[in-house]
Amino acid sequence: MDFVPTASQTVGPFFRIGLTEKYSKPCIAAPQAKGERVGLSVRVLDGDGAPVNDALIEIWQADASGKYKHPDDPQSKTSDPGCDGFGRLGTDEQGHCQFDTIKPGRVPGPGNALQAPHLNVAVFARGMLKQFYTRIYFAGDPANQQDPVLALVPAERRETLVAQSDPTQPGFWRFEMHLQGEGETVFFDV
Amino acid sequence: MGPSTNERSLITPYRRHAAGTQPPAPYEPYKSTIKRSPTKPLIFLPHTLSEVTGPLFGEDAIAENDNDLTRHYPGEPQGERIIVTGRVLDSNGRPVPQALIEIWQANAAGRYRHAKDQHPAPVDPNFGGCGRTLTDDNGSYRFVTIAPGAYPWFNHYNAWRPRHIHLSLFGRAFLTRLVTQMYFPDDPLFPYDPIFNSIPDEKARQRMICKFDMETTQPQWALGYKFNIILRGPEQTPFET
Repeated sequence: MDFVPTASQTVGPFFRIGLTEKYSKPCIAAPQAKGERVGLSVRVLDGDGAPVNDALIEIWQADASGKYKHPDDPQSKTSDPGCDGFGRLGTDEQGHCQFDTIKPGRVPGPGNALQAPHLNVAVFARGMLKQFYTRIYFAGDPANQQDPVLALVPAERRETLVAQSDPTQPGFWRFEMHLQGEGETVFFDV
Repeated sequence: MGPSTNERSLITPYRRHAAGTQPPAPYEPYKSTIKRSPTKPLIFLPHTLSEVTGPLFGEDAIAENDNDLTRHYPGEPQGERIIVTGRVLDSNGRPVPQALIEIWQANAAGRYRHAKDQHPAPVDPNFGGCGRTLTDDNGSYRFVTIAPGAYPWFNHYNAWRPRHIHLSLFGRAFLTRLVTQMYFPDDPLFPYDPIFNSIPDEKARQRMICKFDMETTQPQWALGYKFNIILRGPEQTPFET
């Protein structure tokens, strides 16, 4: 017998009943988690610039020290029990959802280089037969300049992976995900 | 993997999908994919710690009867009671224990309990249509539910979805995340369904269909179906990146 991974199929328009009505998770890191608090607004737009009101956003991230809450993270430091690292939400009629978390630390990357602080993002929706993966970095972080994954991205498209801070609300960040067209967000072949 | 002796990133990358075994994007016959698919090529990402780790779940993620969708309301739901069992394995054939499986589906009449489902078929007051469970140490899982009905949608003229149950799985890594649909044997709607037919590889497509299973079938109670699910597995050798 061969063990070919099962084919992906769309979440469809009704995933809320199974995935987010009872089991949404806006809080990725509890209030007692170490690190700089982040309010993160994510907005999803389609190729016409119209809001995608039935997308599912999932986020996976490290804690403030750059440690993932996972046994396959070989770093000897201990993970922060206040930071679960996982969040998921469905988008509303404006294509929007909002997470509550902390800015992650730097985690090891290829070539023994540290990665810049980032959130790992998967987006699912009606009209997507499989999820797309992207990342959210933080504007102005000097580590972005040396990030080994951003370095794989053509310079003119890197901005699409960067959340912007809201000058009127400290600690609040906005990320617009453009599924296609003008300013199309970079998605990764993971 | 145990802890490494230094802080370097000793990780095991995961296997990549074989050509044709996963759906393309866009896939024009499924119209909603056209405006919701990237037009620029995906950027190949060598796996880092960020991709090979992911949320893990324990017993606290599930409550009693979460895997029995016929027992979430005071009365019995309408329709054909079924038992769906199977195993979750990785692409190396190893069981995936403690995998969270979440399911959602239409009721026997082909109606979802969702505000946006306008199909003029009855809502069943005794059927919510969603459940969850964790695989055991052997990777095995079991749901009791009602066979879902087929239902119409607006993709093209006289479009109907074959009967299916939606499944969402978390394996060991963020990149093993899988959302799929389980179909039932011999559905006459298969040739007409662009979602089912989006998988180019014939075998991969057929593997989304569960099998009737007499051993799982319980006398005087419910028909049984088997559905095994394969998640991406790690390459065999860890290496230092």
